[in-house]
Amino acid sequence: MEMVGVLLIVIVGAAIWTIAQYNRLITLRNQVENGWKQIDVQLKRRHDLIPNLVNTVKGYMEFEQETLQKVIAARNAAVGASGVADAATKEGALTGALSRLFALAENYPTLKANENVRGLQEELSSTENKIGFARQFYNDIATKFNITQQVFPGSLIAGMFKFKTAELFQIAETAERQTPTVDLSLKK
Amino acid sequence: MGRQAPNIYEQQAANKRNTVIVMVAFTLFVGFLGYGCDAFLFGTNGMLPIVTILALVVGGVSAFSGLQSGSKVVLASAGAQPAAADNPQYRQLHNVVDEMAIASGQPRPNVYVIPDPDPNAFATGKDPAHASIAVTDGLIAKLTRDELQGVIAHEMSHIRNYDIRMMTVVAALAGAVMLLTEFGSRSMRFGGGRRSSGRGGGAGRILLLGLWLFALVLAPLVSQILAMAVSRQREYLADASGAELTRHPLALAAALEKIDGAIEPTRAIKKGTAHLCIADPLGRHINEKEGAFSNLFATHPPIAKRIIQLKAMAYQHM
Repeated sequence: MEMVGVLLIVIVGAAIWTIAQYNRLITLRNQVENGWKQIDVQLKRRHDLIPNLVNTVKGYMEFEQETLQKVIAARNAAVGASGVADAATKEGALTGALSRLFALAENYPTLKANENVRGLQEELSSTENKIGFARQFYNDIATKFNITQQVFPGSLIAGMFKFKTAELFQIAETAERQTPTVDLSLKK
Repeated sequence: MGRQAPNIYEQQAANKRNTVIVMVAFTLFVGFLGYGCDAFLFGTNGMLPIVTILALVVGGVSAFSGLQSGSKVVLASAGAQPAAADNPQYRQLHNVVDEMAIASGQPRPNVYVIPDPDPNAFATGKDPAHASIAVTDGLIAKLTRDELQGVIAHEMSHIRNYDIRMMTVVAALAGAVMLLTEFGSRSMRFGGGRRSSGRGGGAGRILLLGLWLFALVLAPLVSQILAMAVSRQREYLADASGAELTRHPLALAAALEKIDGAIEPTRAIKKGTAHLCIADPLGRHINEKEGAFSNLFATHPPIAKRIIQLKAMAYQHM
């Protein structure tokens, strides 16, 4: 009789633990997916801001038409990217084109003094930050998800329900790795 | 001595552990005070510890009712105004708050501005979904973008770590101590209480009574010291978790240096909100002095010490 009681407690305890662990993994998986979508949201924002910026600076930077066209081309390529690896490469190229544009903008004092351009620069530099922080958060939450799956005894549940580990975000293009910071701040 | 400086994650773990230790000590202290009231004054040996429960309930209710309406009262008393999103002056502030909300994976808090030239900031709200961050005009004017980001990351960490709730629990315990002290000393003065002289216990009981009387006398002091210890641990924790968000501890260190350099107290922010600010708004010198005694009563650790910790994190993280 007593044995049955003990057994019952063990079984109920194990069931509760399994449910808790399973729910934890599901929650984390959703957070990982949401984290990935956040990156997309920010990238989309960047794509929307660029035509605005190019139109605003066009009049001031007559002699840099080529650079401006490169930015627009890189932006259009990034919008049309398909797949994670392709997107990472094209977004990296866009980051490069933008940083060249901002480096050139340093030569145009009237441009830097323009209220609109300053506002746009703040928006773009903030969007660059947001992309970075969204990736950072994605990697943090994906790491947490992976650790939860891999450590014992949670690994039993992860294996039982066939959870897959999340892939971490990595910088695809070597050029982007070499110039990781884009200084868009306005020097006073 | 020669010990390696802790990195961001070790710092966070240590601060969380310290909070637990202080909270356990605080709870035990309240329990002992209550036990004394029950045993020596009420004679409820082995029965329901009615006085202790009553004190905890009253302390808890008053503290938690404050939590519900707290943020509105706090923001209003500081004269905080919602920062208009379309005002170009506040664009950067809104962007930085957005960035930190993304970095921490938390909902975006409401953003308020306080018309005060002294640089300071605080966070309030009962949970991340109902949180607000308020900064002074002085903070916006004096800090660079990176430094502002460091400060917002610190405030965002207060929200993420549920520090507002934590300090409410501390206030509940402090409230219970106040009630018990009041009750205890009043009963003693009127010679009241059923001092169960007849029943046994002997030397052990007398020793316990002495210890309790001693605790009763020191209670207001002890409860203040414990509450401030929690507050300081939460500051260190917010610094460390903020550095984890920006991965740029030196920016917060630079911001703290600037805030420290502005000697003026932040007049708009009242004393009750002090523990949620980035730096003590009263500009009390107690927070600046090193040394065991002045440390005991400060809401914030000395800024110099916080800067050293942040710089250590920066080198660890390279």
